[in-house]
Amino acid sequence: MKPTTLYEKLWRAHVVREEADGTALIYIDRHLVHEVTSPQAFEGLKLAKRPLWRVNSILATADHNTPTTHQEVIADPVSRLQVDTLDKNCAEYHITEFPMGDHRQGIVHVIGPEQGATLPGMTVVCGDSHTSTHGAFAALAMGIGTSEVEHVMATQTLISKRAKTMRVVVDGVLPKGVTAKDVALAIIGHIGTAGGTGYAIEFAGSAIRSLSMEGRMTLCNMAIEAGARAGMVAVDETTIEYVKGRPFAPQGELWDKAVNYWRTLVSDEGAVFDKEVTLNAVAIEPLVTWGTSPEMVVSINDCIPDPQLEKDPIRREGMERALKYMDLPAGKPMSSISIDKVFIGSCTNSRIEDLRSAAEVLKGKKIAANVKLALAVPGSGLVKAQAEQEGLDVIFKEAGFEWRNPGCSMCLGMNDDRLSAGERCASTSNRNFEGRQGAGSRTHLVSPQMAAAAAIAGHFTDVRALIK
Amino acid sequence: MQAFTQVTGVVLPIDRSNVDTDAIIPKQFLKSIHRSGFGPHLFDAWRYLDEGQPGQDCSKRPLNTGFVMNQPRYQGASILLARDNFGCGSSREHAPWALSDYGIRALIAPSFADIFFNNCFKNGLLPVVLPEAVVDKLFKAVLATPHYQLTVDLTNQQVRTSDGESFSFEVDGFRKYCLLNGFDDIALTLRHAEDIKTYEAQRQLAEPWIFGVNR
Ligand code: SF4
Repeated sequence: MKPTTLYEKLWRAHVVREEADGTALIYIDRHLVHEVTSPQAFEGLKLAKRPLWRVNSILATADHNTPTTHQEVIADPVSRLQVDTLDKNCAEYHITEFPMGDHRQGIVHVIGPEQGATLPGMTVVCGDSHTSTHGAFAALAMGIGTSEVEHVMATQTLISKRAKTMRVVVDGVLPKGVTAKDVALAIIGHIGTAGGTGYAIEFAGSAIRSLSMEGRMTLCNMAIEAGARAGMVAVDETTIEYVKGRPFAPQGELWDKAVNYWRTLVSDEGAVFDKEVTLNAVAIEPLVTWGTSPEMVVSINDCIPDPQLEKDPIRREGMERALKYMDLPAGKPMSSISIDKVFIGSCTNSRIEDLRSAAEVLKGKKIAANVKLALAVPGSGLVKAQAEQEGLDVIFKEAGFEWRNPGCSMCLGMNDDRLSAGERCASTSNRNFEGRQGAGSRTHLVSPQMAAAAAIAGHFTDVRALIK
Repeated sequence: MQAFTQVTGVVLPIDRSNVDTDAIIPKQFLKSIHRSGFGPHLFDAWRYLDEGQPGQDCSKRPLNTGFVMNQPRYQGASILLARDNFGCGSSREHAPWALSDYGIRALIAPSFADIFFNNCFKNGLLPVVLPEAVVDKLFKAVLATPHYQLTVDLTNQQVRTSDGESFSFEVDGFRKYCLLNGFDDIALTLRHAEDIKTYEAQRQLAEPWIFGVNR
């Protein structure tokens, strides 16, 4: 048989029917739902009097609007209405939901894998672009719009076309202080934010195989920032170990049967990809973004690039606009940029390993006097509990961080956590777009360790000097 | 869904690449539980000098007169001209809802982000991909001519200028069919309900764990 890529295997296993022009109906195994992109879908269903096709494919939680400070009811009435609407819809349709206050509640992309609701070989969709996260489990996971959310609810399928395939191979050993986040930023810096458009990316190579599931999720999470709707990593022992014993995972005989199948979810030797990109892990350094797009990224020891040296006029203008927005001059060393706030959290970097790695840097230290606020926001109630059990909360608090409840928090400022205009933040989230963390906000994307290092120094600094 | 056959109208040039959906409709407006009313907040952060809030009356807000959308010559635009990777970032369908609520019917760019591109078709908006050189030429023409108009013709897959020049574009057959007829995807898919059931039954045998009861 012709060797096939992981993507092709997942695709073929889910085609319900395919038209001559390649348009296909793809069966959806898991549908994750949150409060922001679902109300109009439920409304559409009700108006058309359509039932849900398969209720137990859905898992819902509120995350974007939920306050991370202790609040019995959400103070903002507009946010409250959106969260209440989700609760009501879930009750009405008998959908499993982890509502605010449930100890399992959290960011949708953290709780899916944590519950074993995301399994290898599944198609996973959610009305959220960072659904690519779940590809870390060799699942075909894609972000969809609200009309598609409604379509999946009503038909259990998605209308889709086969993507082109790209393999990004990262070989070698990642240096200490260089994490999955840096790998993700390095890839985006290399191929650009539109480099993956139209592709499903498979991340491969020895550096990827040596990543934990948390690291793989960070990487796949950022696939969408490279323009790819889906990112994925093949199944190996790390995948299977992680899934084992999770609440929604199969057990007993079914488990063995599942594992047998899952082990086939790898790209065959000799499979051909439409595009191949290779990076050397050893050469990746801790990275910091300087502009308003994740591709505007340099090493911590570099300086801000000079737009005048950019030949392409559209790119040059983009760089100039970004520097103006960020209030930064070309040529400034990254390590001399001081910060106002620090955010450790988001679906990119709020899992236990992220918190551990930041705590390792923070232990016994204090945040700098110029840092007005430093937030540590676990991705879920279970991550929070685990971190507290390990005493990480104490390390964060003693360093001067606020230890919050789970949610999207300052990643996008739909809740109370946001930057004021002009404030500069070292953030472990995934988007540094204009206004993303609040109107006029200035975001620099970094890894949790780099965010912790910046918190202590009061400016960006090479974390490698702080850890053994 | 609103059908799309052909649109002739004023062209609004948004001359920057990587315009993300946060820019098209900022996050505070995502709290709405409805599909309409986003038009006045299209490009809110660029369009007004103050910070927009959901549900407010926008007619009294201070305008950023430096932003193209506020210039008289672009009023009533129904076609948006953009650069590479338009609509990147968040999957929010509020972006096409805002564009369409404002009156935009077609978009032209050298490339679009995937999810946004998809979302447009679901909302009666036509995203047209034209080569970079053509888009560049159109930008020059729009900037040089007040109230510059174009025709976007889906039936013949052409963008036409008022002096008769035309550029053809590709569009997926199925999407074209749905857009021309204003068809709702769900109704079309449900015609294949039997296929879905057959598929589901097979999968249930092969991978029963997918269908387990939620705890
Ligand atoms: S953490 Fe940020 S990127 Fe992730 S789902 Fe929430 S808002 Fe979106």
